Amino acid sequence: MAQLSVKTVESKPPLKRPTNVFTTFMKQIDLQLMVLPALALIILFSYVPMYGIMIAFQDYKVGSSFSSSPWVGFKHFAYFFNSPDFALIMKNTIIISLLKFLIGFPAPIILALMLNEVRRMKFKRIVQTVTYLPHFMSWVIIGGLIGSLLATDNGSINMLLEKLNLIDEPINFLSMPEYFRTILVSTNVWKEIGFGSIVYLAAIAGVDPSSYEAASIDGASRFKQIYLITLPSIMPVVSIFMILAIGNLLSAGFEDILVLAPNPALRDVSDVIDTYVIRVGINNYRYSYATAVGLFKAVISVGLLTIANYVAKKSGNSLW
Amino acid sequence: MHDTKGDRFMVIFIYAFLTILALTTIYPFLNAIAVSFNQGSDTAKGGITVWPRHFTLENYAIVFKDERLMNGFFISVLRTVVGTITAILATAIFSYGMSKKELVGRKYYMVLCIITMYFSGGLIPTFLLMRNLHLMNSFWIFIIPSLIGVWNMIIFRTFFQGLPAGLEESAKMDGCGNWSTLFRIVLPLSGPVIATLALFTAVSHWNEWFVASIYISKDDLMPIQTILKQILASNIVSEQTAGLDAASLAHMQKAKTITSKSLSMATMMVATLPIVCVYPFVQKYFVKGVLVGSLKE
Repeated sequence: MAQLSVKTVESKPPLKRPTNVFTTFMKQIDLQLMVLPALALIILFSYVPMYGIMIAFQDYKVGSSFSSSPWVGFKHFAYFFNSPDFALIMKNTIIISLLKFLIGFPAPIILALMLNEVRRMKFKRIVQTVTYLPHFMSWVIIGGLIGSLLATDNGSINMLLEKLNLIDEPINFLSMPEYFRTILVSTNVWKEIGFGSIVYLAAIAGVDPSSYEAASIDGASRFKQIYLITLPSIMPVVSIFMILAIGNLLSAGFEDILVLAPNPALRDVSDVIDTYVIRVGINNYRYSYATAVGLFKAVISVGLLTIANYVAKKSGNSLW
Repeated sequence: MHDTKGDRFMVIFIYAFLTILALTTIYPFLNAIAVSFNQGSDTAKGGITVWPRHFTLENYAIVFKDERLMNGFFISVLRTVVGTITAILATAIFSYGMSKKELVGRKYYMVLCIITMYFSGGLIPTFLLMRNLHLMNSFWIFIIPSLIGVWNMIIFRTFFQGLPAGLEESAKMDGCGNWSTLFRIVLPLSGPVIATLALFTAVSHWNEWFVASIYISKDDLMPIQTILKQILASNIVSEQTAGLDAASLAHMQKAKTITSKSLSMATMMVATLPIVCVYPFVQKYFVKGVLVGSLKE
């Protein structure tokens, strides 16, 4: 959501006469002292790492500075593209990202549309309170809950399946590659569906009630009203969030994967760009190589965001 | 409004669906609570759903006696309190400066901020920077890098700009400078926005575990979430009981009723409790905060 703020950038230049900027600056030094330390922190913690991206094109050695290492051009990128890991990681990243997007993006919209049809306010409030809750839990806690539900000892899912006579003995879901994506994506949807619906509920609340009355007089069913009035009215919000989601498409997320797949046996289905960067960079100390892989992801993400925004601009709902 | 037959069917479907959704959302929590209060060896037999069968407090007794976990809890509380107060204060001061139209260079400062919302150096260059700054294995890794939030700055700034201009003018006439106007006039009027952003910040501090997992290797600086992550990943009961004194260890071995599962569920409940405690407030302010952030802008 953060990126929406772009529209708030002031376009008016500050009041200044070019001849005495310095004098004005000194006169408002107390004001400048409010912002300069913070800007220094932003430069230190955001811009210095951006400058550090250059080690993707170097052979960075531990202990040297960002600029003093030998330049090697695109060696690390070439190595990544030719490595046996590349195909697997790209496949996992794309599959997991697409699944999360295709299921995780519409889910909160559908929930908001459903909640909007609920006329019993108490029921609606309870459902909202309950479904927002998992959003506020850390992935560690969520991972623990899911692990416990799917466990072979007193795991509720196994207990249920056994009661229904669908299985004979407990299945160790979290160690089996074929179940991993389903578990990962459903956990994500489960965690975020409620909280994600808030924005859409607010957008729905802004729809003019008289259009429903008119449609109702014309004999439109409630389903038709959702389809013909509610959905089109919230499309601007939907498209902004869709652009943002597409920009984040390659960020398949790594916290959820780290907590749900600590087992290396799952790596064939769970290893994505982010987890790969953590493993080869932080754990194996291949800093230059990992930075190159991270940069590769960032470039594609910016490209995706730009394309998504271009398409949205054509339809009239763009970010910038 | 006259509902057709199809409409009535749709409404029934929606109520049924939402009821199932709410139940599946709350069930894992209730199940974990039940398991955490149930005797471990009894849980292993299966059949525990939302109510403990063999009620016991021994899982919690072990957790509260575990020095490593209690230290983790303390580190989490400390980083949440210190991190939230310092970040809100620093960001409020920054935002107040940025809310002033007369600030020389404001446009450039803003661009500097906005760029960081789209681009970052990524994990590895950030990691190397933190190491060069000697923030590895330092408590300040939790505090300093997250002092200034650009997103929070924009929310604060929008709020400050919405305050009546007359208030500040009269403060200026009484001889207040920018700093004393901020602390005496503006901040006391900013209760709701401070509450919202403080809750945002506090919840993310409490839940954060990844930073410690890569920057911290000393046990005494580990927040509880990171310890819990390690416990859940390995789920070896000996690891957790290592910090116990001999007496309780002997007692535990005699009883043989505690399992890694019952212990990790109790630990999870302890790590979740603060969130559950603030949840009523969080819900009230977060919903507002999300809307301030996304629609009002």
